Amino acid sequence: MHGLINRAIQSFVCNTYGTDRWHSVTEDAGLGFSEFEAMLIYDDAQTDAVMRAVCIELGRPESEVLEDLGTYLVSDPKVEALRRLLRFGGETFQDFLHSLDELPERARLAVSDLHLPPLELRDVTAHQFSLVCGRGLRGYGRVMMGILRAMADDYGALVYLEHSGCHEAGEIISITLVEADFAAGRDFDLGARAG
Amino acid sequence: MTPDEDLADVLSILCPMHVTLDAAGHVVRAGPTLQKLRPDMPFERQRFLDLFELIRPRSVAAVEDLFGAPRTKLRLQFRDVPRTGFKGVLVPLPDARGAIINLSFGFSVLDAVRDYALTSADFSATDLTIEMLYLVEAKSAAMEASRSLNARLQGAMIAAEEQAFTDTLTGLKNRRALDHVLDRLMTARRPFAVMQLDLDFFKAVNDTHGHAAGDHVLQQVARAMVSETRESDTVARVGGDEFVLIFDRLCDGPRLDAIAERLIAGVTAPILYGGVSCQVSASIGSAFFGGAEDMTATDLLARADAALYAAKHAGRSRHFLYDGAQHAPVPGSAVGHGAPDAPDKPDGQGAPV
Repeated sequence: MHGLINRAIQSFVCNTYGTDRWHSVTEDAGLGFSEFEAMLIYDDAQTDAVMRAVCIELGRPESEVLEDLGTYLVSDPKVEALRRLLRFGGETFQDFLHSLDELPERARLAVSDLHLPPLELRDVTAHQFSLVCGRGLRGYGRVMMGILRAMADDYGALVYLEHSGCHEAGEIISITLVEADFAAGRDFDLGARAG
Repeated sequence: MTPDEDLADVLSILCPMHVTLDAAGHVVRAGPTLQKLRPDMPFERQRFLDLFELIRPRSVAAVEDLFGAPRTKLRLQFRDVPRTGFKGVLVPLPDARGAIINLSFGFSVLDAVRDYALTSADFSATDLTIEMLYLVEAKSAAMEASRSLNARLQGAMIAAEEQAFTDTLTGLKNRRALDHVLDRLMTARRPFAVMQLDLDFFKAVNDTHGHAAGDHVLQQVARAMVSETRESDTVARVGGDEFVLIFDRLCDGPRLDAIAERLIAGVTAPILYGGVSCQVSASIGSAFFGGAEDMTATDLLARADAALYAAKHAGRSRHFLYDGAQHAPVPGSAVGHGAPDAPDKPDGQGAPV
C-alpha cells in the first residue's frame, strides 16, 4: 500500500484522537514502528492490520472510520493541500463531480506510483448522480463518501449521499444534489498555494 | 452585429488574452482576461507599444514593423507595475487591416494568477494552465514529502554513524570502539599491551598521488595490520594515518617487539596504485598495562605516545617501548623477557617525553 495512504490514516488518527492512541494502534497492529513514510511503499497486510487496530481502539465500525477519514482529508486545515488539489477539479460542485472520472489520473500525475481504482460518475437525472468506485482498494467507496460530503460543504452545496453497497463494478454511491448554492462555501484562490 | 464583432466574440472565448490591432498599431479590442489585468486602464485606442514593452524581437520601433512577418514570436512585458511578462504570437490580418496578437503568461503564470486573482474562468477551456497549476502544487506537495523523508533518513544516518564502531574506509575499529575496549580491559584489570602506530611518509603519498591513492594505501596498510595480528587483538584507526592496536594478555617485551617488527615490515611493502608504487613506513610506540598499576586509559595511551615520539625521533621505521621502571621510552629491541617493567638494558638516550 502506498505510504501516502498509510500516512493519511496516521495523520487522521493522530490529529483527531491524539498521538498516544496512534501509538497503541501501531503496537496492537504489530508494526514495529509508529511513523509511516509518505513516499515509501508498504505491505498491504500492514495497512489491514492498522485499520483493524484503529477500529478496535476507537470502538467504531470500519465504514464510519473510513468516512471520517475521507472528511478529515478534505476539511482539516492541517491537510489543506489535498482540498486545494481537489478544488482544481472545477468551479462548481457539479464540475467537481464530473472531474472525479479523472481523479485517478490526476493522482498518478502528481505521484507516479500512486494507483487509485477508477471512478465513474453516471448522471441519473440533472440532480442525481451515481459514483462507481472501482475495485482494488479496500474501503475506497467509504473514504470517497467522506470526501464527497466534505467537498460539498467546501463548495457550499447541499447534497444527500447514500452508499448503495457493492456491485460487480465496485461500490456505488448515490448522490442527490438538493441545492447547488445552499451556503457560501469556502474560497478557492488559484494563486494561494497551500503550505 | 457585424461579422468583425462576431469574430471578436469568438476570439474572446478562444483566446481571452488576445489584442486586435489596427494598421497603425493601436488596440482595437482586448480579450477579457487581458483587460482584467488592468481594470482601470482601457486598452482600446491606445498604442500597443505604450502598454507593452517588446523584449524580443529587439530593435523594433513600431509594432507595425512586424505586420509583414507573420507568426512572429514575441516576448514582452507590461510597461507599468506589476511588470508581468508574456509570450505572444502576432498574426497579420489580410488586406493590411492590422494584426491579432495572442498572449499567454508563460512562466510568469504562477505570479500572474496570484497578482491578479485569476480563476479558471479566466482561461479558455482548452488552456492547460489550470492543469499546470494543479501539477505545480501537487509536485510541490510530493516534493515536500520526499524532502522530509530525506531529512529524516539523513538524521538517522548521522545517528547511526555516531553509534558505529567501524571505520568506514578501512573496516578497522574506530576511536569509539577503541575507547570501549580500553575501558573494558582496564576495568577487568587484565594485563595487555597497547601500540600507537603512525604511518611515515603518508602525507607525501597523498600530496603526490592524490587522496584516492592515499585511501588505497590506508586500506592496504589496514589489511597488513589485520593479517599480522590475532583475532582477539584490536586494530583501530584513530586519525588520518594514526592507528592503535591492543594485544590482550600480552606482556612479553620481545614478543611485542617481534610483532612490531613484522607490522613495520608489512606496512613498508610497496603498494601499487594505478600503476605507481606507493611506499610508506611506520613508527610504533608501545606501553604495557600490567593489570595492577594505578593509571587510566589516557595515562596508558600517553605512555605509548611518548614511546612513539621517541621512535620517530630516532629515525622512523622504529619501535620504542615505554619502560615503566625508568619512566622513559626505550628501543623495543632493548627490552628483555619477563616483566614489562623490567629495566632491561636501558640505552640511556633519554628521548624527550
